[in-house]
Amino acid sequence: MAIEQRTHEEIREAALRPLGPPGKRFWLLLGLLSLPVGWGVVAYAFQLTRGLGVTSLNDQVFWGTYEATLVTFIGFSYGGAVVSAILRLTHAQWRAPITRMAEATALVTLLIGSSFAIVHLGHPERLWRLFVSPRISSPIVWDVVAINTYLLATIIFLYLPLIPDLAVVRDRAAGHVSRWQRALAGRLSLGWRGLPEQRQQLEWGLTVMSILIIPLAVMVHSVLSWAFAVTTRSGWHSTIFGPYFVVAALFSGVATVILVVAAFRKAYHLEAFVGEKQIKYLSFIMLTLGLLYLYFTFSEFLTEGYPMTEETTPVLEALLLDRYAPLFWFWLIGTGFLPIALVAIPHTRTVPGIVLAASLVVGGMWLKRFLIVVPPLVLPLVEGGPWASYRPSWVEASIITAAAAAVPLLLLLFFRVFPILSIHEMEEVSTVPEETLPEPTTPFRFS
Amino acid sequence: MSKDTRDKGSNLQLSRRRFLKGAGITAVASAMAGSGILKLLSQAEAHEELDNELAKRQWVMVVDLRRCDGCGLCVKACQKGHFLPEEQEWIKVYEMETTTGRTYYMPRLCMQCENAPCLRVCPVSATYKTPDGVIVVDQNRCIGCRICMAACPYDARYFNWNDPPPAPVGLGGPRPELPVPQQKGTVGKCVFCVHNTREGKLPMCVAGCPMLALYVGDLKADLATNGVEIVKLSMFLKDNDAVHYKGELGTRPRVYYIMGRGQTAES
Repeated sequence: MAIEQRTHEEIREAALRPLGPPGKRFWLLLGLLSLPVGWGVVAYAFQLTRGLGVTSLNDQVFWGTYEATLVTFIGFSYGGAVVSAILRLTHAQWRAPITRMAEATALVTLLIGSSFAIVHLGHPERLWRLFVSPRISSPIVWDVVAINTYLLATIIFLYLPLIPDLAVVRDRAAGHVSRWQRALAGRLSLGWRGLPEQRQQLEWGLTVMSILIIPLAVMVHSVLSWAFAVTTRSGWHSTIFGPYFVVAALFSGVATVILVVAAFRKAYHLEAFVGEKQIKYLSFIMLTLGLLYLYFTFSEFLTEGYPMTEETTPVLEALLLDRYAPLFWFWLIGTGFLPIALVAIPHTRTVPGIVLAASLVVGGMWLKRFLIVVPPLVLPLVEGGPWASYRPSWVEASIITAAAAAVPLLLLLFFRVFPILSIHEMEEVSTVPEETLPEPTTPFRFS
Repeated sequence: MSKDTRDKGSNLQLSRRRFLKGAGITAVASAMAGSGILKLLSQAEAHEELDNELAKRQWVMVVDLRRCDGCGLCVKACQKGHFLPEEQEWIKVYEMETTTGRTYYMPRLCMQCENAPCLRVCPVSATYKTPDGVIVVDQNRCIGCRICMAACPYDARYFNWNDPPPAPVGLGGPRPELPVPQQKGTVGKCVFCVHNTREGKLPMCVAGCPMLALYVGDLKADLATNGVEIVKLSMFLKDNDAVHYKGELGTRPRVYYIMGRGQTAES
């Protein structure tokens, strides 16, 4: 049965399902995910007391997996911006059941990703200096401004459509949800009654945020790329780095949303609301962005490599033929071609096939960021110098594993408190009228 | 007098009264804070005077590659004097190859770029230029983000990954001009031993070079010395066709190289 034919009560029941008393599997999963996260906290405490000497970083490879993780996880958050903002602006109604999951994923991955800006510092306790006496010409200061603005926008964008949904939780009969959940929802729903003027204001706020969040997202990954691109290092100093990073973020962000949607759809039996259609449509977006990313990569390497200058050739050689060639070709096949093929071929375009493709993209795009950060540093800038080497230490590996585990962990906890489906948006597109709803104007439809 | 101008006049009076009232408050306030302001002003003046005094010298270094035999004693002198860990070579000797395949040695210091890429990218202004043209790092300010290391085209910056070796107290540091001992989690680099040059002493590497290949000089006085001979800087550079290393990057280094392959050392 299509989502459009579901009654409002059915939607509400499904959206609030994770709010009910958790089962054994919830606690088991929570415990399993807490282990690596806890271990990561221990590793970070170890790094704080001993200093960055516990990493494998050195004076030549002074940036490594932390910076790769920072860029990758902030990139994951772009899925939220695409699905919710772009699809909202284009009135693609199929988005309704997945917007909440996409936006929650955006917040969670953004929080985890940006925390690596602190993890990689030699003196995190001096962070306040960035706010009190910033030097405006520094790309790090641009990062601070961009990330914090984007974080604020992401929170607002997640919160606005939650207001009517929280009112549903608030008004839910006892027994369905527990008292603390209702009390919290009461506070956060800001007296939502579903009045026409409230709906109008919400609609206005969401439209404004949808428009705002797109340039903000573009800005964040652009300035992240410029921290590399404004140096004179070969492999980093590139004019296309801004858009190249933005496309990478969108590509991996959509893949992240696919994984989250597929996982929670299965875990909470939401198949009747989140159909295969949603996952397939997302995979088409991922396919398009993947092709775009491949094009950017080709364009970057061709223009860098063709003149075969003394500066660029060694970096490209290391990447394509030498030390990093196995990783690079693994990435190109595993993240560039394979996921695109899985989505393009109708036979493999099934939920398991798409989930496999998205997993390859999510993992592979971390690897790609590693290949962007590290190889240019391994080569000495003074010709006579030795090549450096870098292989992450157990501390780095532990902290990054914790970051990966923290995403599902925080999402599980988030959906214990907030509805997993956007009730308000789903009811708006639902064709079974239980109350008179203002018909959204749809000049253009995806579905 | 028309009504309009009268009104204007009264307005004026009112504002004048208000102004006087305001001025009175300001006068009382400044009388109370008077000594404080004067103190601050005189401090600022003293600071500016010191800066102007320091700016009368602009330090440069000249490396005569004809004399360098790559012995590495400059590195040892620097590391010993600054209590550096082994992997930090603020002056580092690279083995290079000429186009025709002969090896030569090139000591690399911090170039103290006039247009310093490392300085622009520091987010907290921990890296700054002293009035006498030396790029220093305030290790009390540095947050350890290492973007200066990314920006430096000469690999001349080093991070204190671990605690630096212990250094005796009473050397006059740590301060940006003499970062001894260094702080863990911050960036360190060659500072031309500006604490020495300001007192008329040689940088440690210059004093430690047995081949007399390193010169320290002052652009303003137009003089340079390797500890034994004194040369007129501009003529010395011109006569020997001195060059910058990677000058094409627009960094405008304060280190000059006289090209060669240790031939003076061989003979």
